[in-house]
Amino acid sequence: MELWYSLVELLPFEWAEPGGMYFMKNALLAVLVISPLFGILSTMVVHSRMSFFSDALGHSAFTGMAIGAICGFSEPTWAAVIFSIFFALLFNLVRRRTHLASDTVIGVFSSTAVALGIFLSTLGGRSFTKFNNLLIGDILSVEPGKIGLLAVILFLAVVLWCLSFNQLMLSAVHPALADSRGIQVFWQEAMFSVAVAVVVTLSMTWVGLLVINSLLVLPAAAARNVARNMTQYHLISFVGAVVAGFAGLMTSYYIDASAGSAITLYLAVWFFLSFLFRKKG
Amino acid sequence: MRKIKHGKMTGGCEDSCCLKLEGLNVRLEGEEILEEVSFHLHCGEIVALIGPNGAGKSSLFRCILGQMPYSGSITFAPAGEPAVRLADGAVTGGARPLVGYVPQSPSFDRGDPVSVLDFFTAATARWPVWLPVPRKYRERAAACLERVHGADLLDKAMGALSGGQLQRVLLALALEPVPHILILDEPLSGVDIEGEHQLLEMLDELRTEYDLSIFLSTHDFATLGQFADKVVLLNHRVLKVGTPDEVLSSPEFYQTFHLRVGRGGEG
Repeated sequence: MELWYSLVELLPFEWAEPGGMYFMKNALLAVLVISPLFGILSTMVVHSRMSFFSDALGHSAFTGMAIGAICGFSEPTWAAVIFSIFFALLFNLVRRRTHLASDTVIGVFSSTAVALGIFLSTLGGRSFTKFNNLLIGDILSVEPGKIGLLAVILFLAVVLWCLSFNQLMLSAVHPALADSRGIQVFWQEAMFSVAVAVVVTLSMTWVGLLVINSLLVLPAAAARNVARNMTQYHLISFVGAVVAGFAGLMTSYYIDASAGSAITLYLAVWFFLSFLFRKKG
Repeated sequence: MRKIKHGKMTGGCEDSCCLKLEGLNVRLEGEEILEEVSFHLHCGEIVALIGPNGAGKSSLFRCILGQMPYSGSITFAPAGEPAVRLADGAVTGGARPLVGYVPQSPSFDRGDPVSVLDFFTAATARWPVWLPVPRKYRERAAACLERVHGADLLDKAMGALSGGQLQRVLLALALEPVPHILILDEPLSGVDIEGEHQLLEMLDELRTEYDLSIFLSTHDFATLGQFADKVVLLNHRVLKVGTPDEVLSSPEFYQTFHLRVGRGGEG
């Protein structure tokens, strides 16, 4: 962290001056770890049409938090991670076994998770207000330990992308074709949804449940407007996420608003810009 | 590429590579999908699979691909060594047949940022395609596409291909590595007459060049006689196997489709 602090002090911002505003410096580092993570995962979420699935995962993470809080864990995040992994795997299993369309199954899971979360968190006349910060998120409250954890997750995501992106992409395009080339489609899908589950749950506290899905959809949605191959697609999604993350944090600092929502609004602008310059034909 | 070339089959199956399906049964959720399906598929042969919708054509393909559990046996015998693929997908003895598969209509959005090169590399190499694709994979993909006269498609987006072009890309993929058996699921649907003609010509070229068995399903009975060496009429069980003329003019064909196409057919 010392190294990071001395690096940040080179930046020409008033909060970057030595000896103070550590929360802002932490937040910047956290944004620079979270936004590439979302930029990368986003490509596959959009490519395999899982936008609503990741939304449902956010809801399940909230339910997990409520369960964790009821069990009296000091760190309900871990209960939430376990619950959302379970949720992701169960969803994959149900989707495989039923003839219902994916979005229907997602609807069932999403509403069940939200209902269970609200039911548990208000059980026994408890107040819901302490969960409000989960809905909005607060990037300024991030601690160095958590940033380290997110950095490990980012590293694992890049490893996953190196090892199994090809298989994931083929599974999304044509499961039967992927299968005929020896790819275990079910496990590929399960692994990817577990990865999304872990990332969504761990970053929810800082980004906020209400906007977290936009970070998983908008970067790649914007990239799709202009990219012609996979390399461009990843590059544009990645750059969009990081630039919007940085700009969003700055905006929220100087005009005092929620960082998660500011980042999302920058991504929305990015999307409409790319829409104006979209590829033809 | 394989060394042995048998040319077009004339004699029995002893002297050629042969995929034998014997007494194949598939039950799914209490419903009989395939019953006692038996026939042979020889190298260098183009065999057409016909039957009404829901006759079990795709299920039969999936059995051969090892994607569906079945009872009975599917054996492949190159040079007299029997290879047995068990219901759980395991293979015992002999060499396992390599099956190339050209699926029916894969879903590509027009806006999908997947180039033909991305798609090809993803399916044939470990190199993650979100990084720029190195030259050696590019050259290999170009060489594979050349087999189907499609090297110019390399940098096109998958979503921008016409039905016939998409099929050529999928065919090139199914031929890498060159399989023993090539399966095509309804390759003639969604392709115009020109594309159909090109495809059939290409298949004929491929079976002579690589000596492979080609097994395809189709609803286009009128062209069967032009390309198929053998036709299998399937409706849960094998109703008739023979040359296109034999099958099209058989009473079994008439009973299944209430249609006369073969010799002596009167509408």
